[in-house]
Amino acid sequence: MTEKKVMLLGDEAIAQGAIDAGLSGVYAYPGTPSTEITEYIQESKAAKERKIHSDWSANEKTAVESALGMSYAGKRAMACMKHVGLNVAADAFVNSGVTGVNGGLIVVSADDPSMHSSQNEQDSRFYGKFSFIPIMEPSNQQEAYNMMKDGFELSEKYELPVLMRITTRLAHSRSGVVVNESVKQNELALPKDGRQFVLLPAIARKRYANLLKKQALLEHESEISKYNKYIDASDKTLGIIACGIGYNYLMENYVNEECPYPVLKISQYPVPTKSVKKLMEECDEILILEEGMPLVEEMIRGLLDESGKIKGRMSGELPRDGELTPSAVAVALGKKVDAPKEIPSIVAGRPPALCVGCSHIDTYNAINEAIKAVYGDGHVFSDIGCYTLGALPPFEAINSCVDMGASITMAKGAADAGLFPACAVIGDSTFCHSGMTGLLDAVIEKTNIIVFIVDNSTTGMTGGQKSHAETRLVKIVKGLGVEEDHIRIVNPVKPKHDEFVNIIKEELEYNGVSVIIPQRECMQTLRRKTKSANKNREA
Amino acid sequence: MKYDIILAGVGGQGILSIAKVIGDAALDAGLYLKQAEVHGMSQRGGDVQSHLRLSDKEIFSDLVPINGADIILSVEPMESLRYLPYLSGKGRLITNSTPFKNISNYPQDEDVVKEIKNVKGSLLMDADSIAKDLGNPRGMNMVMAGAASYFMEIPFNKFEEGIKATFASKGEEIIEKNLKCLRAGRKFAEENC
Repeated sequence: MTEKKVMLLGDEAIAQGAIDAGLSGVYAYPGTPSTEITEYIQESKAAKERKIHSDWSANEKTAVESALGMSYAGKRAMACMKHVGLNVAADAFVNSGVTGVNGGLIVVSADDPSMHSSQNEQDSRFYGKFSFIPIMEPSNQQEAYNMMKDGFELSEKYELPVLMRITTRLAHSRSGVVVNESVKQNELALPKDGRQFVLLPAIARKRYANLLKKQALLEHESEISKYNKYIDASDKTLGIIACGIGYNYLMENYVNEECPYPVLKISQYPVPTKSVKKLMEECDEILILEEGMPLVEEMIRGLLDESGKIKGRMSGELPRDGELTPSAVAVALGKKVDAPKEIPSIVAGRPPALCVGCSHIDTYNAINEAIKAVYGDGHVFSDIGCYTLGALPPFEAINSCVDMGASITMAKGAADAGLFPACAVIGDSTFCHSGMTGLLDAVIEKTNIIVFIVDNSTTGMTGGQKSHAETRLVKIVKGLGVEEDHIRIVNPVKPKHDEFVNIIKEELEYNGVSVIIPQRECMQTLRRKTKSANKNREA
Repeated sequence: MKYDIILAGVGGQGILSIAKVIGDAALDAGLYLKQAEVHGMSQRGGDVQSHLRLSDKEIFSDLVPINGADIILSVEPMESLRYLPYLSGKGRLITNSTPFKNISNYPQDEDVVKEIKNVKGSLLMDADSIAKDLGNPRGMNMVMAGAASYFMEIPFNKFEEGIKATFASKGEEIIEKNLKCLRAGRKFAEENC
């Protein structure tokens, strides 16, 4: 047997698939559950040898734009993000459908239904549909690997980006994957049409018409795609449409028997209408299994639901929110599921917590003493990162966590409304991702806010990736126009608690933008560094 | 042959190493394997679980179905109870008895023990002490892996190979220490079940 099987996470299968498909660069900002794609390429020996770009980007928008630039230059590029990252990148993503691509471009968006590590469970397929961009949605790790090569080919064939949509369970589950020989990278080559990427209205109108015209061809590709299958069966009382990993949960329920109903497996979009129509005509009822939101269900149902025979998340056969499970699918199939054992009532919740020795603990202790104890609750806006855990006991120190960068701008808006004090707590990496522009707004208006940039020199929550802030945080803040006297660096450690509290009190006296930077390394990255230093010493 | 295993514990206790050792053993024995992990926020001292599925037939779902687990293998006693809805009627609960108390409302130890003993065929073992006695307190997770191996029709030497592969980069001494823990866990299960 010449087949080589390796154990890979879904994320890693995508990374290896991209490397083997002649990738020239990956651009990404860390975000669960997408982070391991880029990390795998950063660690890959083959990627290093082939000089594949894999440094982190400042945010998802810069990532997609850089990937589009690499595609412009004729090479195969990939941008990776979590689902909410696609909101940040949306401007670039949607317009990349209109410009089209030169070298193949795949945008990977990893959705997190059930919100294991996210603020919402939006379904990235809506972005693909909205942007008229073809979508691939693997049902297992092997498909994820194979789809990278096929995705780049599809992208180059139609000169369009491809959206690769995965969800947590595929991203973070390991399985055996057969890997192939790798293909060579593309040569540098400018687009044939020098105006392709110039979206002046007159050009954009033509390109948009062209994009619309391609839809019928893309739909045909979906009809003949090897990833979409129509599996016929004799019992036509029910037909099943299974999208992405919904197909796995279906098959899980028929391990020891054939599925008696016809099944349409969909892993490539636009939705193959002909196949759907065939299933609709042949079967009495249709059950739709999709991970995430009921996109296909909504489409087929239509506003008036005239067929009246569609079952799925909207009709209650499956839960309206949260990820699919084999058991939820079993219930939807009408299978008998015995009542499970109960969780004993003594079992207590165990929420995540800040690490022992974490600098954020000292920061929140100081903020609580200087602000919450004096002015009451409700004055601290926060952001996305480990420090969001400051919302939980024992701190209960923050009042918001909405989206990357929103702490500073929400504090500004609240201050504009008359709230005093109005404070923001944001990490160094999140600040570089999308806090800088909001700070500039506040500087220009001299808004009375205090911004805490909690600097642990890393992107902590996702596992300690390099932060764009590095050592340039003070320079950035100064460059944005914050007055030097009101940029205060503190060392967040217990013995300096009183000093920290006093600095906050001093800045509360100042009517303008203050930036306080508590600076101390993340305990996780510190532990890893110490460990590897010790190992080197032993060696 | 199929084994659906829920691995349970608290972030940082090393359940992914257990998954790796059992997974390597299964692959070495020619079985199919799927293993779903938890990354991100929960890793910060919260409850974590991993779904490990081994079979001689192709595996579809990355998740173990409710009522489907053949084994719940937990490195923390209260955490073993959190996943009871997954345990099949014939399934076995195997757990370390040393509690990890990083929350203020942790239940009374005797109540936890009582609930574990209520589960038919459960195995409660002090893996922390066994590992400590062998001079390798961090090998608690391998003690638990050894105990679980007793309930699987996979030759024991495959698990030993799994340890060698998992700790290959750490050197001979660490491999040997973990092998001792694995064997001690196996012995405990043999003598107490």
